[in-house]
Amino acid sequence: MLYRESGQFKTSYKADMAIFPIRQDLWGLITTLIVAVVIVPLFASEHMIVGYLLPFMIWSIAAIGLNILTGYAGQLSLGHGAFMAVGAYSAYNLAVRIPDLPLLAVFIGAGLIAAACGVVVGSPSLRIKGFYLAVATLAAQFFSEWVFATFPWFVGGAASMVIDTPKMSLFGYPIESNLDNYFLVLGFVIVTTLLAKNLVRSEIGRAWMAVRDMDVAAEVIGIRPLYTKLSAFAVSSFFAGIAGALYAFCYVKSVDFTAFDLFVSLKVLFMIIIGGMGSILGCFLGAAFIVILPILLNVAAHHLTGGNVSPELITNIEHMTFGGLIVYFLIVEPHGLARMWTTAKEKLRLWPFPH
Amino acid sequence: MIRKLLVSLVSGLMLTATAGMSVMAAEEKSDPNKEQFFPVLSYWSGPFAPGGSGIAGGWMDYMALLNIRDGGVNGVKLTWEKCDFGYVTERAVECYERLKNKGKHGAAVFWPMSTGTTYALMERAHKDKKVLLHMGYGRTDATDGRVFPYAFPAMTNYWNQSSAKLRYIAQLEGGEGNLKGKKIVNLHLKHPYGIETIPVWDKLAARFGFEVTHLPVPWPGIDQKSLWLQIRKIKPDYVINRNWGVSCTVPLREAARIGFPRDHIIGVWWCGSEEDVIPAGKSAKGYITATFHATGPDFPVIQEIFEHVYGNMKGNLSAARVGSVYYNRGVAGAIVTMEALRNAQAKFGNVALSGEQYRWGMENFNLTAERIEELGATGILPPFSMKCDDHEGSGQVRFQQWDGTKWSMISDWIAPYHELTRKMILDSAAKYAKEKGITPRSGDSMGSDCG
Amino acid sequence: MPEELAWFLEVLIAGLLSGVMYSLVALGFVLIFKASGVFNFAQGAMVLFAALTFARFLEMGINFWFAAAITLFIMVVLAVIIERVMLRPLVAQPVIILFMATIGLNYFLEGLAQGVWDTQVHALDLGIEDVPWQSVMDATNILISLFDVWAAVICGALVVMLAYFFQKGRIGRALRAVADDNQAAMSVGIPLQLIWAIVWAAAGLVALVAGALWGQRLGVQFSISLVALKALPVLILGGFNSIAGAIIGGLIIGAAEKLAEVYLGPIIGGGIEAWFAYLIAMLFLMVRPQGLFGEKIIERV
Repeated sequence: MLYRESGQFKTSYKADMAIFPIRQDLWGLITTLIVAVVIVPLFASEHMIVGYLLPFMIWSIAAIGLNILTGYAGQLSLGHGAFMAVGAYSAYNLAVRIPDLPLLAVFIGAGLIAAACGVVVGSPSLRIKGFYLAVATLAAQFFSEWVFATFPWFVGGAASMVIDTPKMSLFGYPIESNLDNYFLVLGFVIVTTLLAKNLVRSEIGRAWMAVRDMDVAAEVIGIRPLYTKLSAFAVSSFFAGIAGALYAFCYVKSVDFTAFDLFVSLKVLFMIIIGGMGSILGCFLGAAFIVILPILLNVAAHHLTGGNVSPELITNIEHMTFGGLIVYFLIVEPHGLARMWTTAKEKLRLWPFPH
Repeated sequence: MIRKLLVSLVSGLMLTATAGMSVMAAEEKSDPNKEQFFPVLSYWSGPFAPGGSGIAGGWMDYMALLNIRDGGVNGVKLTWEKCDFGYVTERAVECYERLKNKGKHGAAVFWPMSTGTTYALMERAHKDKKVLLHMGYGRTDATDGRVFPYAFPAMTNYWNQSSAKLRYIAQLEGGEGNLKGKKIVNLHLKHPYGIETIPVWDKLAARFGFEVTHLPVPWPGIDQKSLWLQIRKIKPDYVINRNWGVSCTVPLREAARIGFPRDHIIGVWWCGSEEDVIPAGKSAKGYITATFHATGPDFPVIQEIFEHVYGNMKGNLSAARVGSVYYNRGVAGAIVTMEALRNAQAKFGNVALSGEQYRWGMENFNLTAERIEELGATGILPPFSMKCDDHEGSGQVRFQQWDGTKWSMISDWIAPYHELTRKMILDSAAKYAKEKGITPRSGDSMGSDCG
Repeated sequence: MPEELAWFLEVLIAGLLSGVMYSLVALGFVLIFKASGVFNFAQGAMVLFAALTFARFLEMGINFWFAAAITLFIMVVLAVIIERVMLRPLVAQPVIILFMATIGLNYFLEGLAQGVWDTQVHALDLGIEDVPWQSVMDATNILISLFDVWAAVICGALVVMLAYFFQKGRIGRALRAVADDNQAAMSVGIPLQLIWAIVWAAAGLVALVAGALWGQRLGVQFSISLVALKALPVLILGGFNSIAGAIIGGLIIGAAEKLAEVYLGPIIGGGIEAWFAYLIAMLFLMVRPQGLFGEKIIERV
């Protein structure tokens, strides 16, 4: 009853092409934003913010990046962690070597450097396709780990090759507490989400999808494959770079090359598959599933067993339940959580009179 | 389809709800003033589970011993909660936030249990005023307590360990003069923990005139053939085994394959447990490693744990592992933790203490030989004291050898080259202070003197 | 023989033999990919599960061959369950979905293996000594590990067996039909479910052999599941659906990465093995985008 679009008339093409053509979606979004901006800071505990929300938001940005490349442009990448690493290390070097650089410039600069690396890594994508493209991105993954482990220049000469992120301040306001970090990351989440949502609706977004669906056909109708594929790599790596920089600066505050290993790349890939390929909402759902669910399962198992059983049993239960849930959700809805949401919306539009 | 969808939605919601409710249930507290809470962050799963479970087991067993035998520490009951982070730094941060506010004044001290976690928690712990006790791992430069007021690599750190290893090698060779012209291979995991001792070895090599080759083992180090081919060509006098987990075991097999004598492989203490050598079978016989505590069940304190804790079925590990290397490391760590607690209680009263108060106990720490004897732990750890500008204290290391069935101690406490490492530590700490904008302490409101 | 040449040969042979150990892991992936087009992410967890089960049975004092037989039986049961519970409902879904399902399976098996047994390290002794081959050593001063030679022999026998099983006879023909086109195979009456169960069981056998051989080296613990990482470049170079590709890819990767580490590593910083394998694979793919044994890709609109 509540979710219904009758009475909402679209009187122009512009209205028809709005990001949220249905008013309830817009309200939903506004509610989410109010919760994120007002309710969470007022009521959430530090554990809630640091343990769940910060990683969730940062991984969501990373997932949006990969979804643009893999979900929208159809280029499989197993090297997303490498671009996150490039972002984190670039941000560190920018901040330390140019002390007067404003914080936003540090993050955006980190994203741009990551984007440049993305273009280089993506250049074989014209020749190598499909699953085999994964090799180029895998090479980037292992190569970046090796570079950041071998050359002390990137870490400012620390013997252990670990970087400690410097102090941050935004327009003279020092960013210190967990809440400050939360707001900074939230700002980036909002901006990047809007950017991504609009990019995929624009001409370039349609070109990406055309290449994804069949690149030879796309070429025939006049889409430049080189430009399209490389732009997808660049945008995707830009997002990854920002996510990596935020991960280092706002969340862990100290990273080394093992923080962005192959399993990180795989983790982001899992997020977009579980969440839904080619869906921005799916990135958030997937990130929540992969980042938050295991912790919730662990906490739940811990309390259901009274905290007296061995922790290895709890972790094993967590892994088994988590694995079981992945398979279960795939069987129920193979196209990801975002599709499940869309299906639910379709039902809601008709409910309670489906005929 | 709808039904399936609904079922999955409802089950998802229920799951979240139960998790949320149980989180709330845990907020309840009981008799907070006479309880000191200890968070136990460790890993019981994942690639390094043997190490994590062993150390945490020893640690919790010692606390259980104090609770059962003495009713806690000076009447303050010890409580703790486990959190398994599986050696994943991100999960460790979550564990830290989950546990830091438990107990009356929150947790006073954290054992981060991995190098990555130590680095990640450094700033948070400093801000929240929680002590980080990372014995034998973590940040070496945290030894400079003026820059790192809340971090304690108590007893010994990696740089001192490496220099102590060299002093031991010099002993084997019959004097420092004989080191000249010797060849040492520093086989290390390509991981922050493995890399960080490279400068120390370079400095030592320059000073004593031996030749050092650094061979990095790519993570996870399950295939090290190419490195041992190089070692076969270099023909070194000694090989340093600085690995972790499975990559500790592989070198022993590889050494057997090329016929390199095992008693010329000197392992780091994280490569010196039963779990590292047993899978290597006969190949491990004769292998030597450093350690900062003694191994074996033949100490009064371990026997008392058997009697009181395992006798009452309160043990946190299978009884077969009591007295093993990791177990005793946990007990040694627990002894330091509890002695510091007593210290702080003497000043602030026998009640639940905060992290700031606990830190006082750490910075004015003085463990004498008599006290160790009283605790029934003679030999397990050396007498040592910590100060504001020295959060390490001892730096002394012992060496043990695997005889095919058990570890036996083959050296007494060996001192490191303090004068060489101290300068490196101060330089590294100064760099950290500059980057983070920290002014090193000189005096201190809590009473410890940093003159 | 000049010393430098002997040294080169030693590195080369060691690399080739390492490559065989990689191929062994890669075989498990290939079998499943051939039959269902799925990259089985859980292969590493299957190695862990098989090796841990085997090692714990041996620890209980059960006879070697009997323990192997029980473990194999358990792997077969596991294959049947996986087919029933996971694969059957997902039939005809896109490949990426099946891939994701194997990730779920991976978590499940990791939890199950360590939950049923434990997370400790277990020694596994196959009775094959890891010592130099003395007669070769005396004659040429080249060091070849006897253990590696045995591993190569076992791997060879396994490949011959699998190749025979999957090329000849009814099951072999059915398997090739399924590999070619699931739907078409079903429509001519080939029992897809049975074939899948058989293939997963065979992958379980490969996991057991790989787990036992690697387990002797590493000890059996969670880390053994990481051997899957070593198979990845092999698969990419050799192609995901060719048994011969897995073997030859393994040999190339093994030899190339050892030579690179020994000759190039000291110059540019060491530890380059991890990415060098992928660099080779990528350069190779630039020349031949369909992989070593892949068929030429013809694109139509």
